[in-house]
Amino acid sequence: MAASGCRGVRSILWKYGSYGKNLFVSRSKMVPQVKCFLIFKNLAAAGPQKFTQEFIDKQVEEFEVGKRHLANMMGEDPETFTQEDIDRSIAYLFPSGLFEKRARPVMKHPEEIFPKQTAIQWDAEGRPFHFLFYTGKQSYYSLLHDVYEKILAIERHQDKMRNKGLFTSDTKQILLTGSRWLLKEEIEENLVENISVQDYMRLIQLMELLLSMPYCSLEEEFILKFRKQLEVQSSKYEIPALQYDPQGVAFSFADGRRKSAKASITLRDSGSGNITINGRNYLYYFPVLQNREQLMFPLLFVGMSGRFDIEGSVEGSGHSAQAGALRLAISRALLSFVSEGEVEKMRQAGLLTADPRIRERKKPGQEGARKKFTWKKR
Amino acid sequence: FAKKIKIVSITFHYINIYKKLSKCKICYGNLTTFNLSCPFLSQTYHSERHTGQYYTLPAAHIQKLFPHGLPPRFQLQIKTFNEGCVMVRPPALELISYLKKADYSKPPLRYILYGDVGTGKTMCLSHALHYCYTQGWLIVHISDAHLWVKNCKELLPSSSRPSRFDQPIQASQWLKNFKITNERFLSKVQLGYVWTKRERTEKGQPLGELVDQGVNRMKSSSDVVGAVLRELRLQAGGATEGEGAFKLAVAVDGLNALWGKTSLKKEDRTMCEPEELTLIHNVRKMMKNNWSGGAILTALSQTGSLFKPQSAYLPSELLGEEGFDNMEPFVPVSVSNYNEKEFESCYLYYLDRNWLQHSHSRSEEGKKELIFLSNKNPSILERLCAFL
Repeated sequence: MAASGCRGVRSILWKYGSYGKNLFVSRSKMVPQVKCFLIFKNLAAAGPQKFTQEFIDKQVEEFEVGKRHLANMMGEDPETFTQEDIDRSIAYLFPSGLFEKRARPVMKHPEEIFPKQTAIQWDAEGRPFHFLFYTGKQSYYSLLHDVYEKILAIERHQDKMRNKGLFTSDTKQILLTGSRWLLKEEIEENLVENISVQDYMRLIQLMELLLSMPYCSLEEEFILKFRKQLEVQSSKYEIPALQYDPQGVAFSFADGRRKSAKASITLRDSGSGNITINGRNYLYYFPVLQNREQLMFPLLFVGMSGRFDIEGSVEGSGHSAQAGALRLAISRALLSFVSEGEVEKMRQAGLLTADPRIRERKKPGQEGARKKFTWKKR
Repeated sequence: FAKKIKIVSITFHYINIYKKLSKCKICYGNLTTFNLSCPFLSQTYHSERHTGQYYTLPAAHIQKLFPHGLPPRFQLQIKTFNEGCVMVRPPALELISYLKKADYSKPPLRYILYGDVGTGKTMCLSHALHYCYTQGWLIVHISDAHLWVKNCKELLPSSSRPSRFDQPIQASQWLKNFKITNERFLSKVQLGYVWTKRERTEKGQPLGELVDQGVNRMKSSSDVVGAVLRELRLQAGGATEGEGAFKLAVAVDGLNALWGKTSLKKEDRTMCEPEELTLIHNVRKMMKNNWSGGAILTALSQTGSLFKPQSAYLPSELLGEEGFDNMEPFVPVSVSNYNEKEFESCYLYYLDRNWLQHSHSRSEEGKKELIFLSNKNPSILERLCAFL
């Protein structure tokens, strides 16, 4: 048990050691602190497979075994050990102080670690397997062929219905709201092939053509493979609970941060628009007009400017950052007084987004973050 | 809409003249917060019903009474709007009512206007002073005592007393303004005073001559100021009715300068104390209530004060222990931000004068923004509207 456990751990470390350098294709998980962009690797450029299928299968086996060992180590049930549990356990067993999250030890299914690659496309005599091999982009063109096949099938179906006299235009439509077409990079990843922008546009045009036909709901499953669900953003915000005073006056607490300033406020209902910050009136705490405007924005947006009394405390950073922190705190506290539609509007206005900008680090060899030393020609 | 207000206010204007002539009680009907351009209406008729309404200071009065008294932004506003309109507010009305009811055979009452920064203390003081002026009092108005304790270019050792310092420029400036304000009294008041070995004023000379001497000869102007103040003190109670009698109104803005610290340095680079300045010393003597026949109106001011934190606005904080003991007992009058009615009035006044150019400021939303951003503070509101 210990030996196999060792082997499992060793295999993890081996993967981490050699392949930690590669950029792994990250799927739908978006890390909140880092800017949201997907990292794409040029899969087709790797060439035909470096790892054989047997090798991959062996890795999968090892992964499964290692997973069971890990579950036993952590004292959990091996049957119901999910990927999240694996991540948690690895973070516990191998605590890493590295800032780059992608450089930390990771144990994932080999399909996620080893990049998808093309198998050898021709047989021992040199004859290609696929009939479209000599186009250069066989998967892409075969996909186009498939889509066109489906279009033709739907047209035949339409004709059949017309012949029967049952043709109607208002058939069940596919719901497309809340999803988007896959990006070019995502399609490349699926096909393991490079396609150009024009190719991508052509594919999307064909899909739209498919969608425009009345009986497209027959191929709903196929189409939805090429659409990606967007997350509903506003459901992510947790609304602070509305509490009641002994007098029955509603109030709520909220926090906000900006740039190293921390603010926390109490928003009381049935007030008269008094705002006290750190014990002083906001007019004297923020003599600058811009900061008062920042405070005013959430209340004015929701239309409840004279309704609330705000009592706040803020510390750290400078006056602008404090005003920004207070604004975020006020918006969050307002969530509990406001309806769902208003929450979405506030989100779109940017009131609920924490400003991620922080002070940029000073680099060695430079005066500051960006400023360079005086450039001397000689 | 603005035209409507004007017409309404004009018709009421005529109605008011009519009623004044018939000497009956003046009624303003439904006018709650609109302009009231009625220059003839004197302050004797102002009452609580008129809070929030504006009344115009006659141009002649402004020139005479306030050559130096009004806040600089208000002077700019007078120039822009071509008229000086002051809002009637409760602190000023309170002050005027006290002045009406006071007994002038007894020592003068000391009134201190206090409040947060920008709430309108100087304006209330000016309002009350205008009342005194129309009643025919003699006005001694020190527009900003802070100007005497900082930024003095010339500081001469006093000619009369060895340990004191004179400020000739400030003193002569003040004497000039005093002359403009109280011209009609200068020939009436008689005095006699010896104040240097070389120069002396004979008994029976009118005050005007003394003032002229002070203006012309800068060296002795501070002593002249002292002399003037002392004479006025002695003669204010002035038992005789008729020509010689007058009531004295001493108005000091920035009272806390008298007992605070100065930013002036003596020749040996040590800090100057306020007592060592002749002007300050004389004004302090005025503040004592050992004379009769007048009133002392003062206002505190944090904006020009030295070495005081911005959060300080109460008399005890700004005057310090010494000042507070000296000024006790006094009548405190608190001045605060506009309430809703006054804010409405100010807003409508600016609209009427086309001062709020931005179209959004005319809407309800814009008004709410103004309320929030200024927190109904008069000076902040004025600055805000200045660039709208």
